[in-house]
Amino acid sequence: MTAAVKYDDVEVGQEIPPVDYPVRRVNLIMYAGASGDFNPIHWSERFAKTVGLPDVIAHGMFTMAQAGRFVSDWAGDPGAVVDLSVRFSSMVVVPDDDQGTVITVSGVVQEKQEDKRVLVALTAKCGDSRVLSRARAVVQLA
Amino acid sequence: MALNRDFVGRSYVSPETYEVSRVKIREFAAAIGDGNPVFRDPEAARAAGYPDVIAPPTFPIVFTLSGAGEALRDPELGLNFAMVVHGEQRFEYTRPIYAGDVLNCTSTITEIRTIGRNETLTVRSDVTTVDGEHVCTAYNTIVERGGAA
Repeated sequence: MTAAVKYDDVEVGQEIPPVDYPVRRVNLIMYAGASGDFNPIHWSERFAKTVGLPDVIAHGMFTMAQAGRFVSDWAGDPGAVVDLSVRFSSMVVVPDDDQGTVITVSGVVQEKQEDKRVLVALTAKCGDSRVLSRARAVVQLA
Repeated sequence: MALNRDFVGRSYVSPETYEVSRVKIREFAAAIGDGNPVFRDPEAARAAGYPDVIAPPTFPIVFTLSGAGEALRDPELGLNFAMVVHGEQRFEYTRPIYAGDVLNCTSTITEIRTIGRNETLTVRSDVTTVDGEHVCTAYNTIVERGGAA
């Protein structure tokens, strides 16, 4: 493991700038296939509406994966992410058009731990709503 | 209907091992839109200090639910799948998952709680190699909406 970020260069309170991750229907189809989660709320507008949803929604795990991607890219090594946890707090509605929607992830270093590890608090938003709460990662730095 | 608390503490061993392939990792990385070369290119992964390509942090979702899935479908548990949403998820790593790993997964129902009108159920899945090396532990909490009403 070789994180690009050095433990000694990181301070508590340091902000990790937000990154936008676009989501279109095709991404949910691909995620369904790759993950094996074929719940129709993630690909059928007709079904989603019959269970009271406004439209097709993204897999919670797809959103969590974007949080993992964000913290991996910051660290410079996905293998440096030694702990990743989230609570799913709101849904990501994905309309059937060319734009889809956008998940925006940002972070702040919350704690410096032993063994050159840091705790990063993550925020994931779609529009005005926070789609993850208590999202955090422990990252092994260099 | 409340979930059957007798299920707390029950463990389920996945019926077969999960063989991690480069192809499956590449497919999963493409699906989450992550172009990191350590998921695709064995040379890049070796340059980063790994024996082969590694899997993204959320990859274990692909295989960790198979063991517990059997328990969750047991009519005696009383879970109404139509009302289930994903509440929380965590992955805790001893080391990354590598292509070529052959993994065992043991899933244990650790907790069933009532929160307001909902029932929550947490499954811990311990993932080890067939040689017994711990790789990661996944914690999955599902929420049955209205289950406690």
